[in-house]
Amino acid sequence: MTPEPTDSHVSHHVVPVWKYLAVFAALITLTVTTILVAQIDLGEYNFIVAITIAVIKGSLVVWFFMHVNQSNSLTRLFVGAGFFWMAILLVFVLSDYLSRGWLPRPIWW
Amino acid sequence: MTLAAHAEPNLKHHFDDSAQQLDSSTLGMWVFLLTEIMFFGGMFGAYTVYRNLYPEAFASASRFMNVVMGGTNTAVLIFSSLTMALAVRSAQLGRKKQLIFFLSSTLFLGCVFLTIKYFEYHEKWVDHHIPGPGFRFDEPQYFHQAQILFFLYFAMTGMHAMHMIVGAGLLTTLIVMAAHDRFSAKWYTPVELIGLYWHFVDIVWIFLFPLLYLIGRTHT
Repeated sequence: MTPEPTDSHVSHHVVPVWKYLAVFAALITLTVTTILVAQIDLGEYNFIVAITIAVIKGSLVVWFFMHVNQSNSLTRLFVGAGFFWMAILLVFVLSDYLSRGWLPRPIWW
Repeated sequence: MTLAAHAEPNLKHHFDDSAQQLDSSTLGMWVFLLTEIMFFGGMFGAYTVYRNLYPEAFASASRFMNVVMGGTNTAVLIFSSLTMALAVRSAQLGRKKQLIFFLSSTLFLGCVFLTIKYFEYHEKWVDHHIPGPGFRFDEPQYFHQAQILFFLYFAMTGMHAMHMIVGAGLLTTLIVMAAHDRFSAKWYTPVELIGLYWHFVDIVWIFLFPLLYLIGRTHT
């Protein structure tokens, strides 16, 4: 066994193997689930389910495999900012494309 | 300070201790990964726009994505992320043989992924589903729009595969370094950082798989 870290910001301690195996099992289960759900016609919900499962899987990898659960606040802030900016990109692009044609052309057009 | 520097030859003088050095390296790696998010983000944005513009054509073209190969590759990549995480763990514990074993396993699984990818691309080639002059599609009304999905498919999975090839090179470097006793329980920063890279490439695939292979399959 490795000794417990003594320094206050020593954050990378050794994770037991069973935790990694549990994350792996969860990821495989979610993959099988998303493939099976995709075979059923749920209309709009197919997309929602597929993306929700992908977000859960991605979060599991970020949180456990990439050790963000052990990292300091600054690193977490950067990680969060990265995905937040990605969300801004998609939300603003969609708010444009999805809302086209909703309103009549303004009179000065 | 001087004592610490003697004890840890890999500790740079501008850091207080190894832990601070590792935290800084990790943060730097994440900054690089954020640029990667932006890079792939552009392609995900293009995909979002075109699927919204041509949902029927995209649903029609989605039928030709090979879910068996795509799903197998998803499992292979997740498995390789597990072996990578275990490689980092072995490095933390200073277990050289275990580290080399898990790094080699990760490299092997990465190669399995790329091999399956090759057969998938080959299938697209045989079916004339590569955008360009040789493109053929069984529903003529979607001839042009379906090419956009196949173009996005090749651009996104192609860039992903490029990242896998780079990752394979990095893993090879790590294996050589580990074999030359370059890592210890006190210093294994490259293993940790390339681990982050490998997991990131896994995450990109986790999103590519449902978007390209699964969505729109049941549409009639």
